[in-house]
Amino acid sequence: MGHLSSDNRARAKAIVACYPQRRSALIPLCHLAQAQDGWLSEEAMEDIAGLVGCTPAEVRGTATFYDMLHTEPVGRHVVTVCTNIACMLAGAYEVLDHAEASLKISVGQTTEDGEFTLEEAECLAGCDNAPCVQVNHRFFGPLDADGFDALIEDLRSGRLADTVPPHGILSRVDRNVGLPARAHRLGTVAGKQSGAATGAVPE
Amino acid sequence: MSKTASVHSLRTRFAVAEDLEAPAAVSVTVDGRVVEARKGELIIEAAERAGIFIPRFCYHPRMKSVGMCRMCLVEVSGPRGASLQPACFVEVADGQEVFTESDAARKAQEGVLEFLLLNHPLDCPVCDKGGECPLQDQAVSHGPGESRFVEEKRHWAKPIEIGPLVLLDRERCIQCARCTRFAEEVAGEPFIDFAERGDRIEVAIFPGEPFRSYFGGNTVQICPVGALTATPYRFKSRPWDLEQVETTCTTCSVGCRMVAQSSAGALVRYLGVDSEPVNQSWLCDRGRFGFEAVEAPERLNKPLVRSETRLVESTWNQALTAVADRILQTLDGSGPAAVGVIGGSRLANEDAYAWVRLVKGVIGTDNFDAQLGDGLPAELVASLPRATIEETVAAGTVIVLAGDLREELPVLHLRLRQAAANDGLRIIDCAPVATGLEQVATWLPYRPGEAAELARTLVATESGDRVVIVLGRPSLAEPPAEIAAAAAVFAAAWPSARFLSALRRANVHGAIDLGCAPGMLPGRVTLEEAGAFFGEHWGSVPGARGLDTAGMLAAAASGEIKMLVLLGADPLSDFPDRDLAVRALERVDFLVTVDTAPNPSSRLADVVLPAAGYAERGGSTTNLEGRVTRLAAKVMPPGVSRADWVIATELSDRLGAQLGFESLDGIWAEIEKLAPAHSGCTVEALAAPEAADGIVIPLKPSAVQLTRRPLRLDPIATPGIDSVSEQGAPLGAGAAMSPGVEPDVDVRADEDDFADDEFADEEGPGELEALEDEVSPEDVSVPVGNRRPGLVRFAPGDWTGSGSLPPVDESPFRLVVRRGLYNHGTLVQSAGSLAPLAGSQELRLSPQEMSQLGVAPGDEVRVSTPRGELVVAAVGDGGVPSGVALLQFNAVPAHETGASALIDCSVRVVGLDVEKVI
Repeated sequence: MGHLSSDNRARAKAIVACYPQRRSALIPLCHLAQAQDGWLSEEAMEDIAGLVGCTPAEVRGTATFYDMLHTEPVGRHVVTVCTNIACMLAGAYEVLDHAEASLKISVGQTTEDGEFTLEEAECLAGCDNAPCVQVNHRFFGPLDADGFDALIEDLRSGRLADTVPPHGILSRVDRNVGLPARAHRLGTVAGKQSGAATGAVPE
Repeated sequence: MSKTASVHSLRTRFAVAEDLEAPAAVSVTVDGRVVEARKGELIIEAAERAGIFIPRFCYHPRMKSVGMCRMCLVEVSGPRGASLQPACFVEVADGQEVFTESDAARKAQEGVLEFLLLNHPLDCPVCDKGGECPLQDQAVSHGPGESRFVEEKRHWAKPIEIGPLVLLDRERCIQCARCTRFAEEVAGEPFIDFAERGDRIEVAIFPGEPFRSYFGGNTVQICPVGALTATPYRFKSRPWDLEQVETTCTTCSVGCRMVAQSSAGALVRYLGVDSEPVNQSWLCDRGRFGFEAVEAPERLNKPLVRSETRLVESTWNQALTAVADRILQTLDGSGPAAVGVIGGSRLANEDAYAWVRLVKGVIGTDNFDAQLGDGLPAELVASLPRATIEETVAAGTVIVLAGDLREELPVLHLRLRQAAANDGLRIIDCAPVATGLEQVATWLPYRPGEAAELARTLVATESGDRVVIVLGRPSLAEPPAEIAAAAAVFAAAWPSARFLSALRRANVHGAIDLGCAPGMLPGRVTLEEAGAFFGEHWGSVPGARGLDTAGMLAAAASGEIKMLVLLGADPLSDFPDRDLAVRALERVDFLVTVDTAPNPSSRLADVVLPAAGYAERGGSTTNLEGRVTRLAAKVMPPGVSRADWVIATELSDRLGAQLGFESLDGIWAEIEKLAPAHSGCTVEALAAPEAADGIVIPLKPSAVQLTRRPLRLDPIATPGIDSVSEQGAPLGAGAAMSPGVEPDVDVRADEDDFADDEFADEEGPGELEALEDEVSPEDVSVPVGNRRPGLVRFAPGDWTGSGSLPPVDESPFRLVVRRGLYNHGTLVQSAGSLAPLAGSQELRLSPQEMSQLGVAPGDEVRVSTPRGELVVAAVGDGGVPSGVALLQFNAVPAHETGASALIDCSVRVVGLDVEKVI
């Protein structure tokens, strides 16, 4: 039952148990679902609503607020070009125009092969490497048109697979500090549990 | 904002806002005026009490502040000088100086309003809110007058349907979050929320999950712009064409105060009035949109008399003469016990009294029952120690032993839910199947038929400290005696426990109080105790206790009762045991119905008398607390329909007995004079502005705490009331009970007369302290030595139930039958907008048993009891325990077989067999 896989469901329950209030786990669970599917589907949002005890409308309300949560399908790589002032002065619009031309999509669209989604962003806090680009939240830059092509080629060929996981996965290492004892029993936790963090956990 | 991070509890806030007598803790200066305020009070509230209006959109007195719209920015002095602060979010502090109209405040307010209008379409000429719109009004009073925004405004598809009765226009929305806060905080049904952000923000439902709330209409009422509109009112009227009266909703027995608004002689809208002790401005959708039933084309408008095989239109004279002749004939041939009257809870109090006097005093039969076998014994309801709604939500523990309150008494559900969710009220919900209170209450499931056993367990484990029991019928398939027995267990174990009746019919409590029940006479007294007293005043009373509805139907079916009068009752649809109702109505020699609209029972009648309906007659009504409030007439009854008391009076004339009733006030004066429970609750007291929220009877000897409404209601809280009152008819505290008739001041109880009455010490007539000046005692015409009888007293020993546990079940399931808000009853079905909301019939079983039976959701099953069988779709429901099956009452049109075909009202447990239809 439900949209999350059984492993993810178990992890979701462990995450929920970390908080005094269930709905505090809403955003972590949205990331969990996005890690599973690459984006946040309606089915996933309904599932999350059940897990945190709110309505799907509230999950969607929260999810649509945040740019990092995608409620429409996206490519395996979400390429985000910063066009805020530092990057703009360093040639960001040239990079973005080149990206649209070379990927044959406009900002907001996904390539037909499902590899790339192109986004434009305000400041990504990578001004020291302007113009900067994020791919699945990993930083690259400074980039010009050639550098962009090389990046796309590396992503497409899998040469960057170690650095850039598929979209939705924030970290390949599950951070389990603070998860309650229940997670240990499920065998998903390797590290030691922090007693202080679990002190207030109900159940 | 999170649920627990409330700035302050709602309840505390209202106590603060209301309790003006208490010493002020804080003194602030608003626009140079010194204002005394309580610590914790918001600037916007303190200023309003001082008569200084600060503009606002998102602030609503019944919800938590969010500081969302910024319209209430004012200059507030602080340690670092004056700064702009939202008045709805900042609490008063001693010595604080507030400037609401300084240059800086004015500029800020104008700036906010200019921003709010950036994307607003300014389509006021085609907007329902035009003329009663806070945005419109405050754009004029606090806006810059001109916009500098020349760019394209945002566009959306509009309107979109977010719920069955509510439409959303996102272009008009100013994101004040009133609707979303209502949905979450008040209704607990957050099916709408903001989606997206910035300039793309919108109120949205989840795809495929509409705002299916019983309370959705409230979001329309409180929307400060035209973003939310209700389908039944769209494009119906302009506020300056509306007239309104304040009245009480009689859709159920909660008795919500509201205004009824009409245009061109037709009702077009109801809006909830902020009545502190009852509905706090909210209404349910069934009540709110029920005006459509009053305006329904199928309303009866002429008397009908059966000629050969069909009913033909007739005159009042012919119809009343036919009824009177038949009554005399029946009395001659078979005596008064051969006449029975079923119904009365549709009636106003005055109507009920007139009928009781006719039936019990003139015809002389005690066969009169306002309940249709779906309630509780009248003596029990009249005698239980009562609690008000206020006392219930302030109790230590509330035990609910009733049907699903969300379905039956929606606004009581709202009050309980809010108290539990926001103020931590502890609720124990005793129900065979989970109810709408599930999320905020502890659910104690009990096996149908074993309510008294559960009560015994509870009294053994609970302390019983400050307990209020909400008592109704958890299942129509469980006999009332079992619930009465459970009530007796609670009352015997916890002498301080109090009860709030959850009988749901409109004025059933008024009807019971006035004697529309076997063995009862007006004023919560028994026939046994008060027979002599009323005999003296009325001339005669029945010699023996009569039958309840089940008894009357059985007697009619066996031929002992020859004549039945249905007073706004439809036993074929509403009596739980349909088989018995059919046999009775088919067998009875003469059937009279007095009703507002035709129904399945009236089609079998020999004479049909058309009665004036809701908002077509005045009078008063009594809610489940015993609170008497006044009804107001706003529109004319259709055709030649008459008020029920007029029908009773005319009929009595034809029987040769003058009741002498000439006005509603005259009838109430007689009630006040004779009925012990109503003593002291005079016409004048009810009409006083302080009694706008009603008077709870019987009056207590101590001072009666009447709610004082604020002089001016927050005009933005419920925009539709204040603007109509300013532009059209002014809204008095209550409308006239009977326009043009001066209150009869001759009959009034003199307190001295009751000074040595055995009853006066305890629960006898008290006085309305607030009204002391207005109510001057005068001589009373009650004969000396003929003291009023005492109220019926509660004796737990009288209600024992069947005692032992039911025998081992022969069937795998026990049947539970509950009512839903939207059903196939006449009211819902004649309100065009509500009719489609009545769901289809389904059998609810636990998901485990569904799979054990090999039944997939939606599969048809054949269910059977010893009484009957029907084929119905089965649905799995986690709220149904194993061994129990739930059906909704009246879930199908009357000509189809529904749950009432399965119920045998004489057995404790209705066993049910379920088999898959192959």
